[in-house]
Amino acid sequence: MRLSKNPIIQGTATVYIEFFRGTSLLVQLFWFYYVLPFFGLTLEAFTAGVVAIGMNFGAYGAEIVRGGILAVPKGQWEGAFALNFTPAKRMRKIIIPQIFPIILPPAANLTVELLKATALVALVTVVDLTFEAKQINAITWLSAQCFGTALLIYYIISRFFLVPFLRWLEVIAARKVGKDKI
Amino acid sequence: MNAEWRWDFAIEILPQMLLATLNTILAAGIGYAIAAIVGLLFLLGQRTPIKIVNMVNREIVEFIRSTPLLIQLFFVYFVLPQFGITLSAWVCGMITIGLHFGTYLSEVYRGALEGVPKTQWEACRALNFSTFYTYRKIVLPQAFPIAIPGMGNYLVGIFKDTPLLSTIGVAELFHAATAVGGYHYRYLEPYTIVGLIFLTLSIPAAMWIRKIEKNVNLAQGKIKKEQL
Repeated sequence: MRLSKNPIIQGTATVYIEFFRGTSLLVQLFWFYYVLPFFGLTLEAFTAGVVAIGMNFGAYGAEIVRGGILAVPKGQWEGAFALNFTPAKRMRKIIIPQIFPIILPPAANLTVELLKATALVALVTVVDLTFEAKQINAITWLSAQCFGTALLIYYIISRFFLVPFLRWLEVIAARKVGKDKI
Repeated sequence: MNAEWRWDFAIEILPQMLLATLNTILAAGIGYAIAAIVGLLFLLGQRTPIKIVNMVNREIVEFIRSTPLLIQLFFVYFVLPQFGITLSAWVCGMITIGLHFGTYLSEVYRGALEGVPKTQWEACRALNFSTFYTYRKIVLPQAFPIAIPGMGNYLVGIFKDTPLLSTIGVAELFHAATAVGGYHYRYLEPYTIVGLIFLTLSIPAAMWIRKIEKNVNLAQGKIKKEQL
């Protein structure tokens, strides 16, 4: 949408992206959870957390996709144009398949960031790993053990599950467009 | 609970919020300074010829990068006292932010150094420059513009992560908002003001960084005027 020629659509997208990238996730989270009820829209903690994180990372993701689309060589656009493809077909058949190998490495980073960001939902009382660690800490007062375990769990999820999976996706995407070596 | 925005209340709490904003900026600044130095240390660890140091360094960086800042904060804040080291919330927060973003900055530095073409090194070798001289006169001036966008992004990133400090009781902007909101039982204005203050600070900062980036590139002759 940021690439749209229509100034209204482009403007809306820019404001959205700047807004969500310009303020911190925690503020957005609290806003969704504590402020929206004043407007008569009460979200459950979990919903508020998911919506806030989704909208925040959507803004970051949009920038990555935009970079990916702009990185597709101009010749490809012109080629599609020369073959008289409709804009929709051009996007679907030519451009989008090519952006995957470009956007996957930054998208992988973003995914790890996302995993880390989920820790914040504990602050709006969602019962996640962080919340649980805090609870146990408050009861047992064994801080080293419970926060250490939480750290390790996050580390293991990201290092041994998430990252290898994303690397695998990158390899597949590169192979699909005939670039075996990134 | 009434839904409408109250201007008198917003204006009443505004000075308090602005005062707390100073704390936020201070925290971001100190955190960034620490992170820049820690980043250099990690970079050194990465570039030493000793394999085992490299590997340990790599794992530490990976570990810090893939775990949430929030839990790291709790860890430093709650665990260190058990070993007899009691630090104030401020010090804890600064150390944790410094460590966390130091790992990111070390990656930025590394990328920048690797971005300098290898032929530059070879030319310096051919001219018989010392390693120190090569770094100071040839490599660093060229690595710098490559590092600027990344460094700038993390400055804004640190700034946006300072609200996390409120969870361990550092009296910054977000902490003030929660306190004010809790006191008056009105969260609409405080949190909205926090969001607006963040926007008004981070968007100009991002624009300013982009401008510096352009200027540095211009000075280096990387891009020409007409390309802007």
